Amino acid sequence: MGYRKVACVGAGITKFVRRAKETGRELAWEAAKMALDNAGMTLADIDCVVIGSAPDAFDGVHMKGEYLADGSGGFCKPVMRHFVGGGTGVFSPIHGWQHIASGKFETCLVVTEEKMSSCFPAPAGAFLTIFDHTTEQPLGPTLIWIFALEMNRYMQRYGLTEADIAKVSVQNKLNAIDHPAAQLGAKITVKDVLNSEVLAWPVKRLDISPASDGAAAIVLTSEHKARRITDKPVWVSGVGWCLDTAYWATRDLYYPQYVEKAARMAYEMAGIREPDKEIHIAEPYDPFDYKMLHHMEGLLLCKRGEAARLVADGVTARNGRLPCCPSGGALGVGNPIAATGLMKIIELFLQLRGEAGKRQVPGDPRIGVAQAWGDLMQVGTVVVMSR
Amino acid sequence: MNRKVGIVSMGYHGFSPVTPDLSFRELVYTAASKAYAKAGITPGDVDMFICAAEDLCEGYSISDEYCNDQLGAVLKPVHTVTGEYLQAIANAAMIIQSGLGKIVVVESHSKASNIKNMDAVHSFGMDPVFNRSLRVTPHFAAGLEMSRYLTETKTSEEHCARIVVKNRANALSNPSAGHGAVLSVSDVLASDPVAWPVSRLSIAPRSDGCIVAVLAEESIARSLASDPIWILGTGWATESSTLENRAWGEPVSVDIAAQMAYKEAGISVPSQQIDLFEVDDTYSFKELQALEGLRVVGRGQAMHALDEGRLGPDGDLPTNVSGGSLGVGHLLEATGGQKLLELFLQLSYQAGERQIPDVQVGLAQAWRGVPTTTSAVVIVGNE
Amino acid sequence: MSKETLPGTPLSSEEFEKSITIEEHPNLEYSWDDGIAISRYLKELKEGRIIARTCCGCNRTMLPPRMFCELCYRPTDEWAFVEDTGVVNTFCVTRVNWDASRRGPDEPPLIPAVVEIDGASKGMGILHLLGEVDPKKVKIGMRVKAVWKPKAQREGKITDIKYFKPY
Repeated sequence: MGYRKVACVGAGITKFVRRAKETGRELAWEAAKMALDNAGMTLADIDCVVIGSAPDAFDGVHMKGEYLADGSGGFCKPVMRHFVGGGTGVFSPIHGWQHIASGKFETCLVVTEEKMSSCFPAPAGAFLTIFDHTTEQPLGPTLIWIFALEMNRYMQRYGLTEADIAKVSVQNKLNAIDHPAAQLGAKITVKDVLNSEVLAWPVKRLDISPASDGAAAIVLTSEHKARRITDKPVWVSGVGWCLDTAYWATRDLYYPQYVEKAARMAYEMAGIREPDKEIHIAEPYDPFDYKMLHHMEGLLLCKRGEAARLVADGVTARNGRLPCCPSGGALGVGNPIAATGLMKIIELFLQLRGEAGKRQVPGDPRIGVAQAWGDLMQVGTVVVMSR
Repeated sequence: MNRKVGIVSMGYHGFSPVTPDLSFRELVYTAASKAYAKAGITPGDVDMFICAAEDLCEGYSISDEYCNDQLGAVLKPVHTVTGEYLQAIANAAMIIQSGLGKIVVVESHSKASNIKNMDAVHSFGMDPVFNRSLRVTPHFAAGLEMSRYLTETKTSEEHCARIVVKNRANALSNPSAGHGAVLSVSDVLASDPVAWPVSRLSIAPRSDGCIVAVLAEESIARSLASDPIWILGTGWATESSTLENRAWGEPVSVDIAAQMAYKEAGISVPSQQIDLFEVDDTYSFKELQALEGLRVVGRGQAMHALDEGRLGPDGDLPTNVSGGSLGVGHLLEATGGQKLLELFLQLSYQAGERQIPDVQVGLAQAWRGVPTTTSAVVIVGNE
Repeated sequence: MSKETLPGTPLSSEEFEKSITIEEHPNLEYSWDDGIAISRYLKELKEGRIIARTCCGCNRTMLPPRMFCELCYRPTDEWAFVEDTGVVNTFCVTRVNWDASRRGPDEPPLIPAVVEIDGASKGMGILHLLGEVDPKKVKIGMRVKAVWKPKAQREGKITDIKYFKPY
């Protein structure tokens, strides 16, 4: 296709915690500084800044992107914030890609942040306002409703049990023990998941990743800059994003059509024809355990309805044929929404460079895909990275 | 990478203080339908869509959820820029220049009339610990800036009041403007001192409306429109988001954004190479400050340009002939869209009774309002 | 990177309680223009009826009603009343309120559901609640009917339907 090549050359991340002492700005700064140091660059080397952060309601600041700009290196520079709900974190590198691939900029600092703990009485309450203010909010809905409705439909369609799905939570939380930023790394069993508090049947406490504070950042550059900075640039070789209708109750929720479309867009750009064979590592978005399965199918990594079997057979484990969420995912590391997506991108970055330490998947992986999802079961954002 | 980007069409609906007959979805559908019809396209022809919106201005969270149906963008690449319309235009141009998309649509709207307490929204944008806790009208930030600007440049309050008079009078020639009026300088100076020296009438009132732009790469732009308007340069910048960190009187972010745009457009003497200006006038002093930040006139010289009649429709630096936000109504994040729309209409000779003759290059500049120091500039031209 | 060196300082609940706090209750109020389609929808709900819009381009009968078809991208054509009965497309059962507080021991659980309304196009569902049903007996595919508030209590809101019950 002949697009200008864009590389990731550095990454930074804070711990993901339930409640951080740092302000949102400070979290953004920590991650951004770490990414710059990792790349051996200073802020003076950065041409533009791109900020990803999900609803303003969490941090409790309107125009949150402006508030975070100082912490994100956005001082006397072009700064732009983008937003696609939960899909934001994987859209962040796409937004950065757009800046550099256009030829207008050579380097871009991509910063994602979320401080959900500011929201009282509970961060979950902020989700009331994502529903249609007239036709849905009067019913008092919450985010968990959406997931439960979708999970139920997915289970019913393929005859899956809660135990089949719980295996994802077990796998990811186990993987997360080896992630230094992890909030929720733990060795649990399927039984633990099934016995955990039912929040909205079929969703139980251990099926989900709770609210988090955290930030993550990467540095993107053009090809010629990348080659001067590192001998192991990781290329953003495919980008895709897709938004479905807001009339979500008119869609059959068992399959994320919009994830498939976003994936096809990214695969086409990356020249991938058989994703189930050509992708070495996947980081599908997993705020809830069934979502990883849902998204694996949307990413065309397996046939519809097959994802649970792949997990059960160990195919998605770190030493399996197709490791999924080797990072530990949102379930294990934590879910400060926008930062989670970028955490997955950073995981691919580290894995493809052989720098993932204890989490390193064997076999010299060269192509990975990361994906995030959000809104009213509406948006898919997909990035393919390669060496 | 030097792909030329054209604006094929712009559709709009507005701009008036209330729009009770239309929901925001219906409002956007109206504007988008016009944009597509004028461009001779259907939404299926569009590669990407960008919406400029902020949750708290919409009144619900994750505003991108609700932006696409009324654009016909179902199962399409859509994202929201939580920023100014002109930033979204710059983003759209970058997508086209990258080669990833050939036709990109940019939308933003204001339903300011649906926000019952706008001051509360603006205050919510301030630092919760250090600034919001002062419990002062958010216009205080503009008051601090205006005070500093007037002192540093020796511009008078009277000059600022004359900007209000000029722009609201200009708006009377703009059929889509919501706040055209004949005012006097003493009306403005005598109005309620909201955050002195900022007075009630020196703050742009608000309007509802929607603007949709269809951008395309050069060959497609030429096939869809006989005279596309070309994007010559874009720039945007944030100075400091921390109130305590900024140079209060100086339009630093305007300067940085403008230099970026001028470099791309090959402009070195803006006052000579640009025919028409639609700049920020959210507060009256901002127009004078912006012209200096854009280096159209030297620092402290904007008041002289006003005195000499240069900023009027008959002057050599016609500024805000549409009426600006003071005369049209501030449109929240869509404000820059109205400025771009004015340039589009003027450069394609569709501006009716307020048409400026012999225009070839126009500049639009917008600011995101208190408490930000974020500005964006887009320069456009016909051939 | 290692756990020891990564930035970020977790606070315990106790530390959180002991800090200096600033509490804020923002007054963010909105009054949305419902526009042509939703205004009619709400008006009909007050009358105890559900109304939809049709599109001749794709032959859909759409709920909630809308003045333009988002797929054909043309204005919709006619108003059409639909039934107040339907089929459960999916559901969940919860004891957690919108603000994460838990429902009391005497309060029944909430049963949110997507109900595909009879008379509208296949799959055309709306979000609502189920009631007068044992949560364990709810099934995807179950037939349900709206239970309306008495006319005098209806306000022109989606809550004019109290819930849907099996029938």
